[in-house]
Amino acid sequence: MTPVWRYGRPALVLLLAGLAVGVPLWLVAVTSAKPQAEAIRPNLDPPGHWQPAANYADAVSEGEMLRGLLNSLLVVVPSVVLVLILGAGAAWVFARRKSRLVSAAYAVCISGLLLPPAVITIVMELRQLGLANSRPGMIAVYTGMYLSTSIFFMTGFIRAIPLELEEAARMDGATPSRIFWRIVLPLLRPVVATATIMVMLYAWSDVFYAFFVLGGGDRATLPLNLYQVASAQLYLENWHLVFAYVVVMSLPMVAVFLVGQRKIVSGITSGAVK
Amino acid sequence: MADTVVRTRRQPAAPGAPKGVGRLPRAAVHHPWWFALPAIAVFAGFFLVPNLLNFYYPFTDWSSYHADIAFTGLDNLRTIAEDGSLLRAIRTTLVYALLAAVFQNGFGLVLALLLEDDSRFNRFFRAVFFLPVLISALATGYVFRALLDQDGAVNSVLGTDVPWLGSTTWTLVIVTLIHGWKWMGLSMLIYLAGLKGIPHDMLEAARIDGAGPWRTFWSVRWPMLAPAVTFNVTTALIGSMNTFDIVQATTGGGPAASTEVFNIYMFRIFGQGLYAQASAMSLVLFLVVVAVAIPLVVGLRRREQML
Repeated sequence: MTPVWRYGRPALVLLLAGLAVGVPLWLVAVTSAKPQAEAIRPNLDPPGHWQPAANYADAVSEGEMLRGLLNSLLVVVPSVVLVLILGAGAAWVFARRKSRLVSAAYAVCISGLLLPPAVITIVMELRQLGLANSRPGMIAVYTGMYLSTSIFFMTGFIRAIPLELEEAARMDGATPSRIFWRIVLPLLRPVVATATIMVMLYAWSDVFYAFFVLGGGDRATLPLNLYQVASAQLYLENWHLVFAYVVVMSLPMVAVFLVGQRKIVSGITSGAVK
Repeated sequence: MADTVVRTRRQPAAPGAPKGVGRLPRAAVHHPWWFALPAIAVFAGFFLVPNLLNFYYPFTDWSSYHADIAFTGLDNLRTIAEDGSLLRAIRTTLVYALLAAVFQNGFGLVLALLLEDDSRFNRFFRAVFFLPVLISALATGYVFRALLDQDGAVNSVLGTDVPWLGSTTWTLVIVTLIHGWKWMGLSMLIYLAGLKGIPHDMLEAARIDGAGPWRTFWSVRWPMLAPAVTFNVTTALIGSMNTFDIVQATTGGGPAASTEVFNIYMFRIFGQGLYAQASAMSLVLFLVVVAVAIPLVVGLRRREQML
């Protein structure tokens, strides 16, 4: 290892981290603490007048943040749970049974990994089912969109679990349901962590599909509210509120990541490179 | 289902022994279909059916202006072809996807090589570079608009007056750079896993044979990274064809529609109540993704086997 590399590498890492991640985060942090007059032309100067508390309070009240948080939780949590449980059931069958029909069903079910959701006709269908602008509709759409991911990851994982574990339980007289709930699901724990974070990453920050399915109004999620705060004419230059909102909205994801960091990292990487 | 393999290894079926309970094959008893049915039903109902409907509604006059929906043949496709939006959306989306995939993978690979060893320093900075993945794409877009606006932070630091988001040629490139920035952490993790999977003896052997760092990279590491490249390039290309948030937050499709990718167009036209026309664009997006994805996956898999 050459000395240039030995000292140059950490220096380069620090420089890149500072420029690529530090500068944008610094901009968000300082702007969210500035009064409106200073924030109209965003820059990297520290605030002349500190007022983070007032900005965050404004963002919470004007952006309907608490309602948005509740709305986000009410669609994202059920979607994640459904994606995991339904996905695990399907993955178990796909991993253990072997026939043309099963392979065909598996291929169809993971096609959502590549194919784009047909968002316009989703709206049409939900209207006909009476689910337009409703949380059940949004949950069904998210579940349909992310099932492919969980089925793909989980099928690969179950194939690597020895069948003997299930057989031993079967000898003891366990029914398929009991085997699924007591043996297969607990063994899936590592891949569940990954699937959870992946689905949360997309669903928590999704604004495109939420626009079409939920629209604005009472059921708007956090990202939809952020969009409204940022695009309303009245708040056109309200960078201080936009960034206070961005900070609060991002904190839950960062917290989830910090708590489950090791599992998430190993899960993402082991599923991808096979 | 009669050909279902009985996978019980411990007790090979004695001749004459029943093959399963009653007349059902064993697989059907042990792993019954109904475990898969809820998932199949939701996936079919809310993913496949809309995609099938998407092959019908583009050929109707479905809109917010009248209640009935009548078949109109190729009218919608003709409209979007003649006003130039069809070709423009295809070209913009393909250029966007290509550049975004190049930037995301380039940044990710460089970061993975820089942070390869498992030291405390490196683990900390891996988490730092993963932060943008956790921030929503919409928020990312606003952050970069504040940075790159003509009145924004970058011009104020550099003392310049460059319209970063106002060029009909270069703004598309800048938006794809932002896309690459947002997702580079995910590519980095996957390349790191790929690098970790390279057997140590192989690198040792290359070193003993006198290979320098460059030679080792091109002759040993890069070929061994093939599965990670397949995964990263596929997800980046396909994922960025579905982009919306970053573009909407930075440019909203402008200037002069030069960054108007498929989803931005659909969003705009849907907002005008021209549902069938939006659906036609959605169908074209579907066909473009299929046309890109199939050769891509087949080609990259073949490349893995050749390396």
